[in-house]
Amino acid sequence: MTDTVATAPRTGRSATPSVVGRLPEYLTIWVPLLLSAAHLISFSLWTIWISFTPSTLVPVSGWVGLRHYNAVLASRNWNIAFDNLLLFGSAFVLLSLVTGLMLAILLDQRIRGENTLRSIFLYPLAVSFVVTGTVWSWLLNPGLGIQKLVQDFGWTSFRFDWLVDRDMAIWTIVIAAIWQSSGFAMALFLAGLRSVDSDLVKAAQIDGAGPIRMYRRVILPTLWPITITVIVIQLQFAISTFDLVRALTNGGPGIATQLPALVVYDLMFQRGLLGRGAAAAVLMLLILLAVLLPYAAWRHLQRRRANHA
Amino acid sequence: MRDRTFTPSRMLIYLFVVLVAVAWLVPLIVVILNSLRSNEEIAQTSMIGWPLRWAFGNYLTAWSDFCVAQTCAGIRPYMLNSALVTIPATIFSTLLGAVAGYAVSLWRFRGDQWIYGIVTLGIFLPQQMRLLPWTIVLRDTGLMNTLTGLVVIHTIQGLSFTVLFCRNYYVSIPQELIRAARIDGAGFFRIFWRIILPLSPPILVVTVIWQFTHIWNEFLYGVTFTTGQQQPVTAALIALSAAVADIPQHGVQSAAVMIAALPTLLIYLIGGKYFVRGLTAGAVK
Repeated sequence: MTDTVATAPRTGRSATPSVVGRLPEYLTIWVPLLLSAAHLISFSLWTIWISFTPSTLVPVSGWVGLRHYNAVLASRNWNIAFDNLLLFGSAFVLLSLVTGLMLAILLDQRIRGENTLRSIFLYPLAVSFVVTGTVWSWLLNPGLGIQKLVQDFGWTSFRFDWLVDRDMAIWTIVIAAIWQSSGFAMALFLAGLRSVDSDLVKAAQIDGAGPIRMYRRVILPTLWPITITVIVIQLQFAISTFDLVRALTNGGPGIATQLPALVVYDLMFQRGLLGRGAAAAVLMLLILLAVLLPYAAWRHLQRRRANHA
Repeated sequence: MRDRTFTPSRMLIYLFVVLVAVAWLVPLIVVILNSLRSNEEIAQTSMIGWPLRWAFGNYLTAWSDFCVAQTCAGIRPYMLNSALVTIPATIFSTLLGAVAGYAVSLWRFRGDQWIYGIVTLGIFLPQQMRLLPWTIVLRDTGLMNTLTGLVVIHTIQGLSFTVLFCRNYYVSIPQELIRAARIDGAGFFRIFWRIILPLSPPILVVTVIWQFTHIWNEFLYGVTFTTGQQQPVTAALIALSAAVADIPQHGVQSAAVMIAALPTLLIYLIGGKYFVRGLTAGAVK
């Protein structure tokens, strides 16, 4: 690391003061940047390395090949977590996309109190997942929350006990996650709607297009790039979801709402299986890459096309 | 389509958005109301209800008397911990991010785009990939279970965001401005202080708000690298809810939740516009 500081570029700048004189400058530029870049790369490689060692309570050197990966992939915990991630990820992304788009379209109708409404839809984002998870765990708790309230009103057979239902518990996380972050989708969509070319809209109006046709044919097609961005960001969020589950269900009932991030934490810090935990973390990274790499390729293509146009 | 007269279809739109808005507010209202109801009252009815007798004492208990694990000092020490981590880490990561963002976008040096690309990778890489190495580094440097350790982590990790925000803002400053200043003999720092910083308040506000909310709300590092009295408030809230699982104290717990959420809620109310700008800046670029 220090090597790079010493060999920092001194490409021919006229009237360059001595290297010593510019040392403070090099240090302020390079130290934070290198610390950040170096820790990201070395820490990732470190975790990858540990995932191939026989480490349990403390990291040790050695080589066990894919043993930890096989163990993780064969464990019930991981498989449930992975299935949950698929379900949670797709349901959450789809529903928050629909909710966000719908809210954005409605707010775009020159509505009174738009600012207030927008603030209301966005405020959950400012609050910690620990807080919102806790609150939702109360609302969804059948003995305390919505079910109890409705039953107390007299509808005694009313049931809403997903939180304690093994098959439905994962949906409570979907509900809380949508509430927390569909405002984000709304904000991006709203920005997209506001930037639609008004000439295009006027031309379509003159052609006699009604509002529904207008949205379907003129406005919504321009939102594709934003839609893809929102999908990728929400998926990324879904993959690393930890706090929300920890506060809402803590993975339960049983391990019904287990997610990969919880498996990693459990292996590393509760069961003291560092190597296996690292392997699970690397698997998380691979899932993330499966989302991010196609996105990066798509962005690259788009930029190239824009440059050629 | 875009008029302000009240047609039936517009009434429908209003009805719908207002209904959603109410649904969005319910969790907040429920916590506020519960924080003002006694534990017994909540136990007898449900979590959703109007306070029959106002129990303002919940806040006092939550703040300074409540027991988490073995200590009974309320949520106050944990709030202090969070502040002691969040404020310095926000300031350091913002300042370093501003300088680095300026260097990457305007000063230019060999390899700047590469290093910038790697730094911003930190936004995407899952935290779980860095948990073990941080554990080892903190242990070896003696910073395990200290607030300083958390400040160091959040400062370094925060750079991924702050460099991105500042760089994207600074690229729109014309390069000629820098060139002219350099011809006049101004160096790196002089240009930063005299030209860049005075132009920066808009982006610094966004960055500070973003970092503050981010670090205040962080949980995974807090719970992994600190224990007991050293934990930030997010970790303490989880410990608290585990502690009261046997004897529910939802009134006090609600008050604690409200107190813990207050700093970021206030920042959102005051600087919501900037918060959203940070959100979209991180998303679009």
